[in-house]
Amino acid sequence: MRLSEEVKQIFCEVAELTEIPAGAYNFRVNGKSVGRQSSNNIDIKPKTDVSGLEIYIKAGTKNETVHIPVAISVTGIEEVVYNDFFVGDDSDVTIVAGCGIYNCGDENSTHNGIHRFFIGKNCKVKYVERHLGLGRGAGGKILNPTTELEVGENSEATLYMEQLKGVDSTIRVTKANLAKDAHIIIEERLLTHGRQTAESAYQIELGEDSTANINSRAVARDISRQKFASCIVGNRRCRGHSACDAILMEDASVLAEPALDAKSPDAALIHEAAIGKIAGDEIIKLCSLGLTEQEAESKIINGFLK
Amino acid sequence: MLKINNLTYVIEGRKILDNISFDLNPGSFLVITGPNGSGKSTLAQILMGIKKPNAGQIIFDGKNITDFSVTERAKLGLAFAFQQPVKFKGLTVEELLEIAGNAKILPKVGLDPEKYLSRELNSTLSGGELKRIEIATALARKAKLTIFDEPEAGIDLWSFEKLTEAFSELKKQQKNGSVIIISHQERILKIADQIMILEKGKIKPFGVAAEILPEILGGKK
Repeated sequence: MRLSEEVKQIFCEVAELTEIPAGAYNFRVNGKSVGRQSSNNIDIKPKTDVSGLEIYIKAGTKNETVHIPVAISVTGIEEVVYNDFFVGDDSDVTIVAGCGIYNCGDENSTHNGIHRFFIGKNCKVKYVERHLGLGRGAGGKILNPTTELEVGENSEATLYMEQLKGVDSTIRVTKANLAKDAHIIIEERLLTHGRQTAESAYQIELGEDSTANINSRAVARDISRQKFASCIVGNRRCRGHSACDAILMEDASVLAEPALDAKSPDAALIHEAAIGKIAGDEIIKLCSLGLTEQEAESKIINGFLK
Repeated sequence: MLKINNLTYVIEGRKILDNISFDLNPGSFLVITGPNGSGKSTLAQILMGIKKPNAGQIIFDGKNITDFSVTERAKLGLAFAFQQPVKFKGLTVEELLEIAGNAKILPKVGLDPEKYLSRELNSTLSGGELKRIEIATALARKAKLTIFDEPEAGIDLWSFEKLTEAFSELKKQQKNGSVIIISHQERILKIADQIMILEKGKIKPFGVAAEILPEILGGKK
């Protein structure tokens, strides 16, 4: 498999891959699969009706990772990709996705990734998704991920979703349905700059004794705009918490629209939101330790988005 | 090492510091005390460059640092422990102490590194824990002049015992480094070599602790 330097950079940044991984993987480059491998427990099959994959994880699979990074390195591509994950009972797996667009041309390049997860009982699933835009062309780098999860009884899904830099426009939609005693933890990190726009929407339906914890941290710079909307629905006895923290710099703007929908008196739902510039005392404290204001600002932002 | 000449700070027409001057020699351990609103914390913040004086000069190690930034003063060898500890979403205790220069200093303020180094500096830590970490950042600097602004504020009794021990140890270990502590606490005043009383922005007595302490304590020994 020969990959261009741009694609190698993207795979390194979005999936931390510097070589072919040992387990199951699928590498998608410019709309085509350029490398695929299944493992004994994880079977990757291409969809026959639409573009995308079906990934079957056998019941009882433990400590395995599947990588499915996507790279676009040409201008003018628009793709819609459907990936379905079927996770068998009692599995403990990590799924590393992520997409990077390297666009040096004048036309937009767009990746719309629709990921659906069907998680069985007693599972632990970690999902890592990083998005990145590179290249100095006038064409947009557009990434629109949709993530839908059915989390089975007594299972736990942990989602780490990051947009690192360079993505001109994104609409991120995450929906989850949690069965009895299921848990979902979502860590979202978003950085926008220039004229970029980002929208992130969550809809979480909580079943009996299930829990959700959404923690979104965002930095908006220059004249970029962000919108965060979350809705946690408590249908029965359950616990839900969402926090949206955003740092605003220059003339950027962030709109937070949290919603809690408690349909049972036993649903305990909490939302916290804080938007503002970097606190002056944080900068002064780091300066008192010998950092310049620029170094202090960089430390604070990097730490915040970690 | 520190020479303050005619320092004045005025805000909204009110003189917070009124033409104060004093010298501090290397190896000094000075406690500045006085009633609330007397200008103690303002003086500390002016020394660190957080506030700018309306008039006067600050000479540190022979350099006029009156217009120096906080960063420049830190690089020259000044350290500062804030009265209100700063919280950081995203920075861990270890990261902050590494920036300060020594992540191994935590036991000096009575905190177990295994339990605390990986913690984020946010509201999950109590006010007392944050305060001890704040003090640790100043100790970690090993600065020529370390300023503690009301280190006892917001700290529990056990931590206060540890704190006075830390200051006593700091005093024993310091060679040419100097310490200024803003404090009302008798036990901290008793560690001092020198005491300065500020009242309404003016220095009242300033001198050897053994001479001034009886005046403050009103006959207590």
